Amino acid sequence: MSQVAIARDHPRAPEGRKPKRGGLKRRQAIASYLLATPFFVVFLAMLVLPLFYSGYLSLFQERLVGGTVFAGVGNYVRALQDHVFLGGVLRMAQFLVIQVPIMLSLALVFALALDSGRLRMQRIIRLTIFVPYAVPGVIAALMWGYLYGPDFGPFAQAARAIGLPTPPFLGNEWMLGSIMNIVTWSFVGYNMIILYSALRSIPTELYEAARVDGASEFRVAWSIKIPAIRPALLLTTIFSVIGTFQLFNEPNLLRILAPNVIGVGYTPNLYAYNLAFINQDVNYAAAIAFLLGVVIMIVSYAVQLGVLRRERRS
Amino acid sequence: MHPIKRRPAVGLVATALTAALALSACSSSGSTSPATATPTTVTQAAIDAAMTTETNLTFWTWVPDITNEVALFEKAYPAIHVDVVNVGQGAAHYQKLRTAIKAGSGGPDVVQVEFQYLPSFTQGGDLLDLAPYGAASIKSDYAGWIWSQVSNGDAVYGIPQDVGPMGNLYRKDLLSAAGITPPTTWEEFAKAARDYRAANPDKYLTNMPGNDAGQFMGLLWQAGARPFGYDGKKTVTINFDTPEVAKVIDLWNPLVKDGVIGVDPDFTDQWYQGLANGQYASWQGAAWGPVFLQGTAAKTSGLWTVSPLPQWDASKPASGNWGGSTDAVLKSTKNPIAAAQLALWINTQHDSALMLATKQFLFPASNTILNDPAFVDEKSAFYGGQQVNKEFAAISATVTPDFEWLPFMDYAYSSFNETLGKAFADRTDLATGLTAWQTALTTYATQQGFTVKK
Repeated sequence: MSQVAIARDHPRAPEGRKPKRGGLKRRQAIASYLLATPFFVVFLAMLVLPLFYSGYLSLFQERLVGGTVFAGVGNYVRALQDHVFLGGVLRMAQFLVIQVPIMLSLALVFALALDSGRLRMQRIIRLTIFVPYAVPGVIAALMWGYLYGPDFGPFAQAARAIGLPTPPFLGNEWMLGSIMNIVTWSFVGYNMIILYSALRSIPTELYEAARVDGASEFRVAWSIKIPAIRPALLLTTIFSVIGTFQLFNEPNLLRILAPNVIGVGYTPNLYAYNLAFINQDVNYAAAIAFLLGVVIMIVSYAVQLGVLRRERRS
Repeated sequence: MHPIKRRPAVGLVATALTAALALSACSSSGSTSPATATPTTVTQAAIDAAMTTETNLTFWTWVPDITNEVALFEKAYPAIHVDVVNVGQGAAHYQKLRTAIKAGSGGPDVVQVEFQYLPSFTQGGDLLDLAPYGAASIKSDYAGWIWSQVSNGDAVYGIPQDVGPMGNLYRKDLLSAAGITPPTTWEEFAKAARDYRAANPDKYLTNMPGNDAGQFMGLLWQAGARPFGYDGKKTVTINFDTPEVAKVIDLWNPLVKDGVIGVDPDFTDQWYQGLANGQYASWQGAAWGPVFLQGTAAKTSGLWTVSPLPQWDASKPASGNWGGSTDAVLKSTKNPIAAAQLALWINTQHDSALMLATKQFLFPASNTILNDPAFVDEKSAFYGGQQVNKEFAAISATVTPDFEWLPFMDYAYSSFNETLGKAFADRTDLATGLTAWQTALTTYATQQGFTVKK
């Protein structure tokens, strides 16, 4: 709001008449509120209210014998001591530090390659890298589940054909890596598009100046392009952090193929779901979900802080 | 400063909070409903009146083609219209059912409930006692062990539909090729497993999955173990420290650890292919297994045989049960008489019950159908002309009675996958896995307010 408006508003005319500034601006303001209302209605009904209800539920404990009792922070204390939940969070932290840098580096390399203008068939390459994102998550997980299959998956068949042992993609040690692979395959295109659009908005005069100074394409990329798209990089990093901790689709679907490798609490989100529907423990599930939200907020904030600090230094 | 800007936010939060609290006040608190005194038996006049009044019933079941039996019912009672809905199979079905019960609306009148899940619904008082509605009179048509699964004292909570007495389905040709006689005792079985593996280094005599507690429970049942108990109120028994359980674990432990039997999860693509390709030479499965195999292992037709399970004591043949369902009526139904009649009729009326057994291949729970020549004398080409129904009927008579379930088998089965099942899958010590399972179950039971005794 402009300071000018404040100055005009403050001296209230004794007649109580509104300033002439109302009228068009006021109609526009009303129109914009009206247009935004449907979103807010749905947002309130589908997100905010359930959130409050969930928070309310998390303060109670419902037992099969004895009904519902008020538990205060009992569920949260239990969650913080629950080794399944903590294990899930740790697993996601592991996932985060390995998968996110790999995926974002790949996305950055692809975006830079596309932006360099040296590639032929740019549109086709862009589309091909983006297509996995268009594949619904469930289909992708099912498809990769088949590809990873120890008997009929193509990798297994190829390994057997050349006499190697079957790679245990769905085994205990490799499962996390296999899921990382699925997520990277799905989202590298999405992140690439974001970074590519950011690259496209860099003013080209910068490149000319660099080229005059004799910079190679790699030097241009490293010293000009990447620093210039820092906000976009931060955006994709935050999205990836949030997405990582919310991982649900892939473990849930691969659980059918490898039920003894992926336990009920493989990821915190899966744990909350199974607590609600298998254990019938909706209250504890709500507490887990809220705690997960807190964890995500802390990690996102830490990431942002880390980036800001680095920016201030440079 | 714009004080106007701040107030909407506060107002928003306040409204939201109030609304949330109001909503939660409307929701069911989930406490058990008080037990009502059982009414005296419903008179035939009342039943006739109800069956001639226009009524709409909803029936949740996943039995394929049960609409055929329902059509027969609707022909017999034209005033009753039944809506058959398949809301999923197994866990998905129960999740929706529990959600509907908790919400107090959206649930069916009649619902399919497997034997092991009945206590979880009677615990919450969700099922109608069918004894006054005519269920008490059919008791004599069922084996003791079946009736004890659906009743609690004089109360009856489900009409038995089908059962799964366990037998040994095996590939005659593969066993004879390896020079092995089909085992009749568990001792012979353990030796046969090793011999078979020695003769076929990349195949297994059988597979014991780590994700299907039902199969393993059936084997414990056969061994005489009774690890679970529930008094119908607040006390559960969870005890795996018995000699019967120990002998089963001690049998499978070395077989699993030495890699002599397979440990693939069942009902997955890999497992179906394993049966079809001769990866597993036998399956200690249930009476619904034969038809199931005919679908998945169609190309091995004529090579399978059915025999009783290997025995612990050859002089006292016994078996266990795996699976099987009942049809129950929800207490919240608006048409208790009609709903009870539907559940009874589908499963006890002769044509309907026979159709379920011969067309849908559900193994019948009722003695009348078990003895009906149309069912018993059926010869199966898939099993080399063997009368598998007769074989399983004889096995069904040897299933030992009084096996009980916990009122939270959803959780029990899922924690099996994490503990004992995982021990199977990872080929680690089964006894450790079993202790972990017992601990998990006891912890859950205590958390949920039950008193746990051994």
